[in-house]
Amino acid sequence: MFSRALQSSTRRAVLRPARVAPGMVLRRLLSDDIRQKLDTAVHAHPLVLFMKGEPAAPQCGFSRAVVQILDIHGVPESKMQTYDVLQDQQLRESIKEFSQWPTIPQLYVNGEFVGGCDIVLEMHQNGKLEELLEKNNIIEPVAAEAAAPSSA
Amino acid sequence: MPVSQTDLEIALKNVLNVSHLEITDTSSGCGENYSIVIVSASFEGKTTLARHRLVNELLKDQIAQMHAFSQKTYTPKQWSDLQAKEAADATMT
Repeated sequence: MFSRALQSSTRRAVLRPARVAPGMVLRRLLSDDIRQKLDTAVHAHPLVLFMKGEPAAPQCGFSRAVVQILDIHGVPESKMQTYDVLQDQQLRESIKEFSQWPTIPQLYVNGEFVGGCDIVLEMHQNGKLEELLEKNNIIEPVAAEAAAPSSA
Repeated sequence: MPVSQTDLEIALKNVLNVSHLEITDTSSGCGENYSIVIVSASFEGKTTLARHRLVNELLKDQIAQMHAFSQKTYTPKQWSDLQAKEAADATMT
């Protein structure tokens, strides 16, 4: 769905090289069209994940880790949208530019960039991910007695 | 294009006040996948996301040449707390 939308604009170059002085921040490499599409996409669902592969078949350990963590928290399919960057080279490059983040996977919650695998894992371990998901109505708060931590 | 550990070290130490640095080549010596641990007082007061963005920016050219990159960032206090906790956990079998 997303790659079809991007393909219609690839007949002309979407990544125009910019003439920049050394030290200038390159923020205008994305065409406005692509930037708009990505902005729409990250706001279209409460949780958006740009990954390699798909939840049922991740194609990279880092993407798999994020998918597993979201699954542990019980994120329902209805609240999330994933995009497989391996299916769409334009997307793979443009999302890195858009997010100003060099790696995949990339997690967005309610339109806001959260992080990649390292950050999601850390937030999962310190409880901040659960908090974020609950605050954004992606998952229901878990009752205290049901959330007994597993002991070492 | 392989990235050397020295490149990474120099890029980080030039800007950050690094008190401890661990660079692991997780591509079995190919210089393509790296996992790093950075302890720096420069991280004080910054969220994890801000720290990671800072490191990403410092290592921008190098990361662009890698297949995989992961990082853990700590302030000196967080690092010593972590060391203490790991030592305590290790003695509790």
